[in-house]
Amino acid sequence: MKNPYRTQNIAFFFLFLATLLIVVPVGLIIVIIIQKGLPAINWQFLSDIPRQGMRAGGIFPAIVGTVYLVTGAIILALPIGLLAAIYLSEYSKDNLLNRLIKLAIVNLAGVPSVVYGLFGLALFVVFFKFGASILSGSLTLGIMILPVIITTSREALESVPQSFREVSLSLGASKWQTIRHIVLPNAIPGILTGTILGLGRAAGETAPILFTVAAFYLPRLPNSIFDQAMALPYHLYVISTQVPNVAEKIRYGTAFVLLALVLIMNLVAIIIRYKFRKRKKW
Amino acid sequence: MVKFEIHDLNIWFGSVHAIKHINMEIQSNEILSVIGPANSGKTTFLRMLNRLNDLNQNFKMNGEVRLDNEDIKNIDMELLRKRVGMVFALPLPLPLSIFDNVVYGLRMHGIKNKKVLEERAEESLKEAYLWEEVKDRLSESAFKLSGGQQQRLCIARTLAVEPEVILFDEPCSGLDPISTAKVEDAMVKLKEKYTLVLVTNNVKQAARVGDRTAFFLSGELIELDKTDKIFTAPQDKRTDGYIRGKFG
Repeated sequence: MKNPYRTQNIAFFFLFLATLLIVVPVGLIIVIIIQKGLPAINWQFLSDIPRQGMRAGGIFPAIVGTVYLVTGAIILALPIGLLAAIYLSEYSKDNLLNRLIKLAIVNLAGVPSVVYGLFGLALFVVFFKFGASILSGSLTLGIMILPVIITTSREALESVPQSFREVSLSLGASKWQTIRHIVLPNAIPGILTGTILGLGRAAGETAPILFTVAAFYLPRLPNSIFDQAMALPYHLYVISTQVPNVAEKIRYGTAFVLLALVLIMNLVAIIIRYKFRKRKKW
Repeated sequence: MVKFEIHDLNIWFGSVHAIKHINMEIQSNEILSVIGPANSGKTTFLRMLNRLNDLNQNFKMNGEVRLDNEDIKNIDMELLRKRVGMVFALPLPLPLSIFDNVVYGLRMHGIKNKKVLEERAEESLKEAYLWEEVKDRLSESAFKLSGGQQQRLCIARTLAVEPEVILFDEPCSGLDPISTAKVEDAMVKLKEKYTLVLVTNNVKQAARVGDRTAFFLSGELIELDKTDKIFTAPQDKRTDGYIRGKFG
C-alpha cells in the first residue's frame, strides 16, 4: 500500500517548501525596500544634511556616522577577537578556566543588544567619561560583535588540518611560526566570514548606540571621536516614529541606503574571501 | 657510532601503556626498520624521537632517550626537530608552491638569502630524485604533483634542513609499487649521510631496505637484530610468526 516513491516525493516537496520559505522574506524585503526607497535616492539625498526637521534634505551625516561606528567597532573587535581565538584554539588547554572563558563567550553572544547599550552607557559614557561619543558607541558595538568574531575565527583556525601543524613543527618551526605561516593564512576565509557577520550586525543595531553615541539631529559631520554622531539605524527609527509627516520615500530611502551599505561591505569581504579560497587546495 | 640510546623507555597516553620498558640503540648511518602489527607502538616510538608526541595532552613518558649522548629533554625542541626530521605516512605537502615547500624549514630557521635557498632546494630535490621532474615547475602548487612525487617532495623538504636523522612513518603506505621503489632507492642512498628509522607495515620493505630490524608487539620490543637474521633465523617464536604472516 505504501508507495516509497510517493513518500519520497512528499518529503522532497516539504523540504523544498521549507527552503523556499527562507528565500521569500529575503526577496520581499529587498524588493519592497528597493521599490519604495529607490525613488528617494539622488545625489542630494546622499550628500546633503537633513533639512526642515529631517523632512527634506539628505542623510549624509548619518551615513558618515555609521561608517565611523562600524570602522571603530571592527578596529577594536577584530584584533582582540582574533588574538583571543588564536589563544583558545592553539594554546589553551582543556581546564576549568578555559571552559569558563568559552562559556562566557557563548553567553556574551546571547546578551540582548539593549543591555549592551545600557552597559556602554554605564561604563564608557559615565564611568570613563567619554560622554555620548563615537568612541563610546564604537567600543559598545565592538564588545557586542566580539563573540561572533571569536567564535567564527576559532572555527576557522580549528578547521586547518592538524597534519599541517605537525609537518611544520617537524621541520623545526616554532609553534608561533607554525601559526603565523601555516595556520593563519589558511584560516583567513573563515575569519573574514566572522568579520562580515560582525560588520552587518554593528551597522544595523540601534539599541547599543541609542545611549552611547546617537544624536537625534546633528546637521553636521562629527569633529572627533569624542563627538556625537547620527547613525542610519537610529535616524531611521527617529524619522519613522518621532518626527511627524516624514515622506514615506525618505524613510524607505534611508532603509535602502542602510541595506546597501551593509551589502557593499559584505560584498567586499566576500570578494576577498573568494580570492583566498581559490588558493586553498586540500 | 651510536646515534640514539634508549634506556627503559615507557610511554603512556592517559591510562594506556603504549611503550613498555624499551632499551635499544640506533646506530649512525644505518637504516633501522621497525615492524609490528597495528597498535604495537611503532609510530609512538618514532614520534618520541622528535618529540612529536608532546603535542598530545595525555602524553607521559619516563626513561631516558639520548641523541649523541645528550638527553633529548635538554635539547631545545626546535633544534631537536631540525636535527631529527620526519616523513609522514601520507604525502603531506603544505599548501604552498613546490619551491616554498622545500625551503619552508630553512626559512623558518631564518635563512632569507634567495641564492642559498635556491641552491639548497636544488640539492635536496636531487637527493630525493625529484629534481628532473619538477625543475621547470617549481612555482606551481605542490598539490599538482602525483602522490609519489608529493612524497619525494616531502623527503626533499626534510632533507633541506640538513637533519642528522630522518624518521619515516610508513612512507609508502599510499604509493604504487613504482613510486615505492623510487622512495626506497632514495632511502638506501640517503643512509650514506643520514641515520634512517623506518616504520613500516610492509614486512618485505623492511627486508629490502633495513640494515637492522626491530619487531614490536603490544608496546614491547620483542627482538632487534640484523635484518638477515630476523628474516632467516629469528630468536623469538612471535617474530617468526609475524614475518610469516601468521598474525597482525
